[in-house]
Amino acid sequence: MKHHSLKIAVAGTLLATAFASAPAAAADKACLITKTNSNPFFVKMKEGAEAKATELGMELMSFAGKVDGDVETQIAAIENCTSAGAKGILITASDSTVVPALEQARKAGLLVIALDTPLDPTDAADATFATDNFKAGLLIGEWAKAKMGDSAKDAKIALLDLSTAGVSVDYQRDNGFLQGFGIDIKDPKKMGDETDPRIVGNEVTAGNEEGGRTAMENLLQKDSGINLVYTINEPAAAGAYEALKAVGKEKDVLIVSVDGGCPGVENVRDGVIGATSMQFPLLMASLGVEAIAEFAKSGKKPENTEGLDFYNTGVKLITDTVAEGVESTSSEDGLKLCWG
Amino acid sequence: MAKQDFEAVLDGSDKNVAKFQQRRSFTEQVHHILHGNITIVPMIVLLLSLAVFGMIIGDRFFAPFNLSLIIQQVSIIGILGIAQTLIILTAGIDLSVAAIMVLSSVVMGNVAVTMGLPPVIAIPLGFITGMICGAVNGLLVTRFRLPPFIATLGTWNIFFALNLWYSGSQSIRSQAIDKTAPVLKFFGTRVEIFGTQFTYGSFLMIALCILFWYILNRTAWGRHVYAVGDDPEAAELSGINTKRTLVSVYIVAGLLCGIAAWAAVGRVGSISPQSFYEGNLEAITAVVIGGTSLFGGRGSVIGTVIGALIVGVFRNGLALAGVDVLWQVFAIGWLIIIAVAFDQWIRKVSA
Repeated sequence: MKHHSLKIAVAGTLLATAFASAPAAAADKACLITKTNSNPFFVKMKEGAEAKATELGMELMSFAGKVDGDVETQIAAIENCTSAGAKGILITASDSTVVPALEQARKAGLLVIALDTPLDPTDAADATFATDNFKAGLLIGEWAKAKMGDSAKDAKIALLDLSTAGVSVDYQRDNGFLQGFGIDIKDPKKMGDETDPRIVGNEVTAGNEEGGRTAMENLLQKDSGINLVYTINEPAAAGAYEALKAVGKEKDVLIVSVDGGCPGVENVRDGVIGATSMQFPLLMASLGVEAIAEFAKSGKKPENTEGLDFYNTGVKLITDTVAEGVESTSSEDGLKLCWG
Repeated sequence: MAKQDFEAVLDGSDKNVAKFQQRRSFTEQVHHILHGNITIVPMIVLLLSLAVFGMIIGDRFFAPFNLSLIIQQVSIIGILGIAQTLIILTAGIDLSVAAIMVLSSVVMGNVAVTMGLPPVIAIPLGFITGMICGAVNGLLVTRFRLPPFIATLGTWNIFFALNLWYSGSQSIRSQAIDKTAPVLKFFGTRVEIFGTQFTYGSFLMIALCILFWYILNRTAWGRHVYAVGDDPEAAELSGINTKRTLVSVYIVAGLLCGIAAWAAVGRVGSISPQSFYEGNLEAITAVVIGGTSLFGGRGSVIGTVIGALIVGVFRNGLALAGVDVLWQVFAIGWLIIIAVAFDQWIRKVSA
């Protein structure tokens, strides 16, 4: 990864000098640093930020790590934003290793807003604009419980997580789902510490189809009676479905997921995914840019949603099977709201 | 004729012709055999790991379905591993194999599904993409004399970025492929025999392995590949066009990545620009565990496929035993180190 941070650093420096020497230096700069460029979620986030920045007459500098977990690139980007004189940074942190670099940026007078992924500690950012990922998990958990009815007490659950790194999104969705389903989650910051016999096991998927398929195959080998599958996102869910189809079980197993990407919502429509919690990356980013503009103008910092330690950008349950007591939106309406 | 005085001394001396020492200690003999048959070690490791996991987990692990599943799971990395073996045999390395594969599969998907052209055009276009990428690597290594590690480190980034750009980072859904170009998923077709479940992709890996074993050992081109990797100067002196051989190796490897791309669509179900990000390293892992020497000139595609299977057995076995994923990663790490250390020891043999 070293070579990459260097490359970004060089590119960033060039950009910075380019901006610094631009005659129209009046425009305020904002930075957007995402985990990767590859995930449509972040692509959408960037679109939202760019649109809002243009509207407000700001200059947006975008950076991204190469893969999920690429911290060095993110740290280099934070440093470059600071030296470029940006007013604020919007960041989806790969993990909380970036906190010291962000502290330096805040000392230099930048507004730091965490998007999508809360930092640890949360107050390392001036504000957090995020999906309530625990809530996102909770909704699909409650839905699955209502859908299964009495058989929920004999459910056999496979948990397809993101990685072993302990990323907050990962454990929040996982634990939210389990709590919604009525399982004692022990430590809400840990995955796999539950002792409920209904859980067959946790596997990691890297959040893509290939990982989802292999993980599902291995858990099915552990227990072929699995009938409920939680997945970290919709590509992993699509992979899990392929594994189930290969053994002719796709009709007997309920898959739930989180994200709300358009292919994912289409998969809800086609019956691949039972229900998914949709989040709103575009809104996160445009709110973030607005907050930086406001901060540049008046020095005012954004406030959190009441009762939470972040600003909740909302989450919607998308499903075509309405379950009692759980509010939901149909896949048809979901397709109008989906991102990517 | 009477002996002369000075000859008398011969009577008491050893009359045997000078020769090499025949008797070897047990370890020396083992050493010698291993040096001559490099696939023995990975084969033993594979059998041992099968036995150990079988003892720990029991019937579930040895179920025909589970064993055939492992072959399915490693088929894509196995094919990439065959491509990687060709390159490592020339003392090179290719960090871009998986990126070439993903790019090729995105080309196939975009042409067949998004543009709606017949798969007869889309699939060869994917193969050609792979070969062009391979040719770029080959030219960088021969024309511009870049070390393969650096050349393919660069192209890995380039091909990956092109893949994200061309695909818009968006998967093409399984259902969309079924509707427009189901033949893209040909290698995902399942065959059930006596409780096992193979896919055409599993057979493809085995067929390619046998084919390339034959090509490498029984054709002039194959011999040239070994010669170029073993000692490029000697190869040049004996009349082999080393540059042309090298370029051809990279192009063939690129074609294999294109073939792997087709198989990967069957395996993954959708066309996923984000899958197989670390496929290059997994392919190198399979090659190394399979006993092919990173110094070139020594190794076998059969070893590579066995190497991929060893990794698959470990992943599957540890998962079935309920071992946390991070310890699975830990175990694979040790496998790599032990395999290379072993290779060093074997190469020391003096015969």
